[in-house]
Amino acid sequence: MKVPVSWLSEHVDIPAGTTVEELDEAFVRLGFEVEEVLRPPVTTGPLVVGRVLEIEELTGFKKPIRYCQVDVGEETPRGIVCGARNFAVGDLVVAALPGAVLPGDFAIAARTTYDHVSDGMICSVRELGIGEDHAGILVLGQDGFTPGTPAAGVLGLDEVVFDLEVTPDRGYAMSLRGIARDLAGALAVDWRDPAALTPPAWSGEPGWAVEVADPGRCDRFSMVALEGLDATAPSPWELRRRLAQCGIRSISLAVDVTNFVMLELGQPMHAFDRDTVTGPITVRRAADGERLTTLDGVDRALTGDDLLIADESGPIGLAGVMGGASTEIGSTTTAVLLEAAHWEPAGIGRGVRRHKLPSEAAKRFERGTDPDVTVVALARAAALLAQHGGAHVVGAPVDLDVRRPRPVIPLDAGRPGRIAGVEYPPSQVVEVLQAIGATVDGDGQQLQVTPPSWRGDLTDPADLVEEVVRYLGFDEIPSVLPTAPPGRGLTERQRRRRSIGRALADAGYVEAPSYPFVGEAQLDALGLPADDARRALITLRNPLSEEAPAMRTTLLPGLLATLARNLARGQRDVAVFEHGAVFPGGPRTQAPVPGVDRRPDDDVLAALLGAVPEQPWHVGVVLAGNLEPRGWWGPGRPGTWADAVQAARTVAAAAGVELTVRAGELAPWHPGRCAELLVGDGAEATVVGYAGELHPRVCAALDLPARTCAMELDVDALPAAPVAVGPHVSTFPPVLVDLALVVADAVPAADVEAALREGAGELLEVLRLFDVYTGAPVPAGSRSLAYALTLRAPDRTLTGEEANAARDAAIALAVERTGATLRA
Amino acid sequence: MSGANDPYDPKQVAALSAEALDAAVQAAIDAFAAAGDLEALAAVRPAHLGDRAPVLLARRELGALPPHARSDAGKRVNAARVAVTEAHAARLAVLEAERDERVLAEERVDVTLPWDRALPGARHPLTTLTDRISDVFVGMGYEIAEGPELEAEWLNFDALNTGPDHPARSLADTFFVAPEDSGLVLRTHTSPVQARTMLERRPPIYVVAPGRVYRTDELDATHTPVFHQVEGLAVDRGLTMAHLRGTLDHLARQLFGADALTRWRPHFFPFTEPSAEFDVWFPEHRDGPRWVEWGGCGMVNPRVLVACGIDPEEYTGFAFGMGIERALQFRAGVGDMRDIVEGDVRFTSAFGVEQ
Repeated sequence: MKVPVSWLSEHVDIPAGTTVEELDEAFVRLGFEVEEVLRPPVTTGPLVVGRVLEIEELTGFKKPIRYCQVDVGEETPRGIVCGARNFAVGDLVVAALPGAVLPGDFAIAARTTYDHVSDGMICSVRELGIGEDHAGILVLGQDGFTPGTPAAGVLGLDEVVFDLEVTPDRGYAMSLRGIARDLAGALAVDWRDPAALTPPAWSGEPGWAVEVADPGRCDRFSMVALEGLDATAPSPWELRRRLAQCGIRSISLAVDVTNFVMLELGQPMHAFDRDTVTGPITVRRAADGERLTTLDGVDRALTGDDLLIADESGPIGLAGVMGGASTEIGSTTTAVLLEAAHWEPAGIGRGVRRHKLPSEAAKRFERGTDPDVTVVALARAAALLAQHGGAHVVGAPVDLDVRRPRPVIPLDAGRPGRIAGVEYPPSQVVEVLQAIGATVDGDGQQLQVTPPSWRGDLTDPADLVEEVVRYLGFDEIPSVLPTAPPGRGLTERQRRRRSIGRALADAGYVEAPSYPFVGEAQLDALGLPADDARRALITLRNPLSEEAPAMRTTLLPGLLATLARNLARGQRDVAVFEHGAVFPGGPRTQAPVPGVDRRPDDDVLAALLGAVPEQPWHVGVVLAGNLEPRGWWGPGRPGTWADAVQAARTVAAAAGVELTVRAGELAPWHPGRCAELLVGDGAEATVVGYAGELHPRVCAALDLPARTCAMELDVDALPAAPVAVGPHVSTFPPVLVDLALVVADAVPAADVEAALREGAGELLEVLRLFDVYTGAPVPAGSRSLAYALTLRAPDRTLTGEEANAARDAAIALAVERTGATLRA
Repeated sequence: MSGANDPYDPKQVAALSAEALDAAVQAAIDAFAAAGDLEALAAVRPAHLGDRAPVLLARRELGALPPHARSDAGKRVNAARVAVTEAHAARLAVLEAERDERVLAEERVDVTLPWDRALPGARHPLTTLTDRISDVFVGMGYEIAEGPELEAEWLNFDALNTGPDHPARSLADTFFVAPEDSGLVLRTHTSPVQARTMLERRPPIYVVAPGRVYRTDELDATHTPVFHQVEGLAVDRGLTMAHLRGTLDHLARQLFGADALTRWRPHFFPFTEPSAEFDVWFPEHRDGPRWVEWGGCGMVNPRVLVACGIDPEEYTGFAFGMGIERALQFRAGVGDMRDIVEGDVRFTSAFGVEQ
């Protein structure tokens, strides 16, 4: 909402010397965000009102040119050459005289042009920097100003316009009237309500037959008929200037007047060409299949929720949103039906969104207008049309008013203070409520508050509390820390997520959260089979991009895209991780929609919460290039499948759980280089993720380097970490034993290790695989696994016999379980 | 050598004479001094401190002396042996120090050589800032509440006094899950966690809910459709806007320095009444100290309490929410939102692991 300060000061006694900054602060304190302070364009030097005395048409040039004698308040008129033709002798215009500098550093000097000395310039609004209209020069009319008057005040070049953001609850503030009332309160000064006018006593038959068929959506409908309008009469400059300052284009007198009154009083109006309206007007819902061509020329299909102004021909306007083309005011219009109504706000909002028509009128109706001022607004507009367009009202106004009494809100006068944490005397509370226009009854403590007609937003005691606190100033509220009861700190789950993030970062991975949107193409690139669970997607109705219309079921597409982006930007060695929710699809139940007047009962609540799909928390890594860079110590070490598996172990260790690893096979991993990650033992074992090298086809499809590796794991599937048990630390000497076993390639090292551990028994303190060897003399198809064992007893020094027995038992079990042979 | 029972004059036993002992000591000192390195010293040591060294041979002669003479001679022999031993030790120390100095000099390395053999990892600053904010509240006794990103429409809107006709509930602002009657949205704020918390338990409630939220904005320098908020909620007897201000001021000081404080501007949110937007005074702003828009807050609308089964006559509550991206942008001087969301490792690495 743009508000010229000069217009405000017509209604508010703004104290002399009030600065722009002070006004700015006052608006912000009131809750009107100042989006912009628009200052007038800078013009210096002589800029005056002039009257055109003579026009000499110059011929013989490429275009018609006029040489004018202009009275600029001096003894003799000045001769000024002008290329525009939209003015006549007697018109008042704006003349920039030599020495003036217009916006854009446009310096005016006397100069010879078209064989005449032009002693200044007659200006257009664009040249003056106050509008875009370049169709001709600015004509101020024929009277109202004396030639020679400095033009700055006339043009509004000396004034500031505030662009205020009005929150959706404050419909009343979409008008000069509403802003003026609040500002007067904030500055504690007097103001005059522009709506405080008494409509003339029109008499006779109502100007038109009107019926409101949907009083629920329209509780007041007012209309007057006017005749004798000169539709071509120009709008007075004063009107055009205000519209321009408020960002509204001047169109024609009738439209400009309704817009002006809308800005002033907050009541949007619509003007119909009466001669195009056929028969009585009905306010009703649209029937299925009805259509309306609106003023913007768009032919619109209507729904049963659309509220219409209709006549016998059908729809002639979308109520409160936009008029119809068939009844539009034209240059030949002489008779007008002027409508001002009060529409139910939510219905207007639905219409605006359905038809994507956020008009100035709808913006106000949607927030709620003052139903009290419909006839006042008609009177104001009729007077302006009479004054500037020669129109006169015929008959009595239509005024169908079925408003219900305004609600009375009970308020304990102590409540605002109890909410704010500030002592407000009850008398002060009453004063504020009266200042916003409410009627206050009651005993001074238990108040009965009737909000004013323009405050449809005030329905609850809490709304009144807000008004009181806002009026008396948020700055008055002190700063006091409440004492919360003792808390329990972070949950295990929250602690675990932090640990995992830190552990991966410590291991060299950079966290890279990505947007959780995916599309089929990304899943195709991963080579997921048709029946893969990750292809069961939850799709959005209005995705950001049609390529990624669904929610991710795996972190890999986002991680791989991040990897690709980093590589494209010149990185070579990239290891990134992400942890966050994934959104598996699958069967869902319908979420109920309970009321909001009380807590839903437990069954409904359970159904509601149950309808929200599980969104497990996953962690994933991807890596390409070297995980250890080359340096003066030697060549770099490329990240491999083993690093991806180790990342999973890092996660598990951070989570305090043990992970087992076995060969797996799942897209998008290389079938021979894919580890399945499990928790739990035996039949209880659960797969929680996968790690390894990506399938070469996936790398090719995504244009990633060969041997890119990845890991993904379901953190929520990890069991709770057991409380760690402190081991007994033996101080007796260890016995160190190395041994090498030859096993078939197909035997997993994990099986050999498990057998050795079990076989060695309790004396085994540490077991470590320190070498894997293939080649002669190990037979082809086998490999040699070399282990270092640390044996130690808790209570004694081991004898050689004991150590040998443990070693032999370890070997024996490995031989038995895995077919290994001891390498000599 | 004398016979066992002969009367002896110790002065006649040559090896025990003071002159002989002095000479032996001096010879040893000279020999040690002449040894130029540890090897040479080791080579001359047996001659002066070995079993056959004069001072040790002299000691053996002591037994031959009559008892009255032994004490005197014994003292002389001992003194001589100690003198030789000390001379050796002193020389040894000198030579070892010389050797150490030489060897350690030879072993000198360039300690400025890099040893960055591992890629440096990092946590995303959104994560660490979220943790930091959470920790401030945990320190005040709050708990961290959580809720799903894909949320029931009722919890995201209706329960928060945002009726079906509210403009935010349009396809132009909110991501809706297909099909049309799914009743699910991508949460547009972390406020449904408030509703869940209030539905789940009784006051007193002091929680903060950090998390990811969604709105249908296009990504540009100042907007991202996927972003993060922290929402706070307190419901208790006698809570006021003064408590809300105290809480926000405390958070501001923890994040932006001791001189930070907040300023409120009246605003409108369906789920709070009164409502305000708040700015924070940030003295360390890279463009100079200034007020920065930070978030929204207010007293929980009694209608929300009712929908969640809490008696608004008995309890009041306050709630606040702020964007983490926004806080990160001004706290860390990040000019372009895209740097925060694109996952470029150069951006994130600058923040390190940050505890």
